[in-house]
Amino acid sequence: MSHIEMENLKKTYDHQQNVLDGINLEISEGEFFVLVGPSGSGKSTLLRMIAGLEEISGGLLKMNGNVVNHLRPKERNLSMVFQNYALYPHLTVEQNILFGLHARKVSKSEQKKRLMETAEMMGLGDLLKRKPKQLSGGQRQRVALARAVVSQAPICLMDEPLSNLDAKLRAHMRMEIKRLQQQLGLTLVYVTHDQVEAMTMGDRIMVLHDGEIQQVGDPITLYNEPANLFVASFIGSPKINLTRAKVQDNQLYITDELKIPLRDTFLPKKELIVGIRAEHIQHATDETATHELEVITVEHLGNETSITFSVGNDYWTAKWIGQWQLKAGDKVKVSLTEEYLSFFDPVTEELIQPARVHAKEDEVVAI
Amino acid sequence: MRMPIYQKLTFYALLVVSAFLVFAPAIIALSMSFMSNQEIMMGNWLPSSLTLDNYVHVLENSRLLHFFINSLIVSLVIMLGQLTLSSLSAYAFVFINFKGRDLLFFIFIATMMVPFEASIIPNFQTIRDLGWMNTYSGLTIPFFAMAFGTFLLRQSFKQIPKELKEASEIAGIGDWKFFLTVVLPMAKSSIVTLGVYGFLTSWNMYLWPLLATTDDTTRTVQIGLRQLQSQEQLNDWGMIMAGAIIVVLPTLILLFLGQKKLQQGLAEGALK
Repeated sequence: MSHIEMENLKKTYDHQQNVLDGINLEISEGEFFVLVGPSGSGKSTLLRMIAGLEEISGGLLKMNGNVVNHLRPKERNLSMVFQNYALYPHLTVEQNILFGLHARKVSKSEQKKRLMETAEMMGLGDLLKRKPKQLSGGQRQRVALARAVVSQAPICLMDEPLSNLDAKLRAHMRMEIKRLQQQLGLTLVYVTHDQVEAMTMGDRIMVLHDGEIQQVGDPITLYNEPANLFVASFIGSPKINLTRAKVQDNQLYITDELKIPLRDTFLPKKELIVGIRAEHIQHATDETATHELEVITVEHLGNETSITFSVGNDYWTAKWIGQWQLKAGDKVKVSLTEEYLSFFDPVTEELIQPARVHAKEDEVVAI
Repeated sequence: MRMPIYQKLTFYALLVVSAFLVFAPAIIALSMSFMSNQEIMMGNWLPSSLTLDNYVHVLENSRLLHFFINSLIVSLVIMLGQLTLSSLSAYAFVFINFKGRDLLFFIFIATMMVPFEASIIPNFQTIRDLGWMNTYSGLTIPFFAMAFGTFLLRQSFKQIPKELKEASEIAGIGDWKFFLTVVLPMAKSSIVTLGVYGFLTSWNMYLWPLLATTDDTTRTVQIGLRQLQSQEQLNDWGMIMAGAIIVVLPTLILLFLGQKKLQQGLAEGALK
């Protein structure tokens, strides 16, 4: 059942530029839905429109099938976690968590019960009497989450809740939020600019750019079959390698010297943009090698090595498992084959054909 | 900060001298309030024996205590009125979106450029026509609206993150409750500052109470002090000084208390 529904949703400021343009979207019940995009893409605006903090300029917003365009935030029965946590500095953790419940006329005993449950779930039992400024970043974050949980609202909105935490804590909280969402069966709309968060947490992801939907889908689809160049380069780290190429006589010319034979691929265009993921530039032995590339830089990450090659006027990055002792200037044998390539239209930037093989067979795990 | 000892000495010597100069009138008044009239006439600096006669005299033979209570009522009412109106208008200017908000605030602030003396005649005519002469309303209500207070509190309310308001909206907390339970406690130090400022200004008011009162019923203490001087042929300076000391006391107490609270408020700092 769809829980939140948007029909041609629009936002304009001062009747001028469209910040959001014709958003059509359905979010189902119990779904972890991620809105991702660079800053200024309109993702926070969209979230605030769902919350009722921002006026809707056009289109319909429905919750449980009812139009809620003109309902006030409190009538929409949702909770929200803010980037800066929005904790009341003069209240204790306990008062902060219970702050909204008085307004919802929840009885004292019920409040107590919910507080105890939530505090235990979030590991805040010992901190209830403290003030927010006596807490660490991660603890504040948990108080903010507890406040959302305690309201028992079926919809929870989160606006970049992890961006004020350090990398280690962020990874930990990612897991906690995901676990919480599954445990409580929340419909969660989560805004982030970090594609790693989007990929790791979301059931479905919507990529926004300049107020327009680029693609909606589950993380793996977005990674394997990006609808256009923007999604392709936004999703995935390191970034997908993109290069202009020409097709001639069943050969794909990436540079004049570097060509890849096309056996099974039919391409309607003469000129296009080729994309290849870092893990698909594979190291090869003498027999399997198709090309030889010059190393520009090598980055050691411990368990894997990121190597940048010079390809024509572009740089391509490859990611190989293990530790590779290479130097700049080395020539390395690699295998580049057509089934790993994605093709994009250079004018419309739309996807023409996705890569046919997404991972080496032994890496694909199906359950 | 580290400085050589001779520098420190000069520094402190200068400070002591200037402090003494600033405080001299108050100190002389204090010393005179304990002297007999004879001694004052002889031009002594320090009383040969401490006598409380002047204090007893001023409290028994004048209506100073009555004026004192009037002043207290007037100052407290003005202070509360100013705090209420200023904080409410500041709240509207910060947290409520309406058309022409910034323009209205600009006009509000512009009224600060109109000197009090310029508005005193229309104000006088208004309260006279309302029949508010010699009433507390006439003494207090003209001072309730205060552009400076709105300005000060608006600045302080603006420090409160917008997200707190939004979080309250989502939780279903209305403007009133948000104002009372979040905004006021968070802007405590500014409110105390404004309260102290408002109280002291009204306590020291002279011109308006003089105009707005024609008899002793609601007259304030500053006028009462002036009356001490003209009541007798020969000024009883000891008594006048004793009166002045009594009048200054609440000001000092309030400043000391307010200062402590103020420092506390400033040290609290904002939480990101």
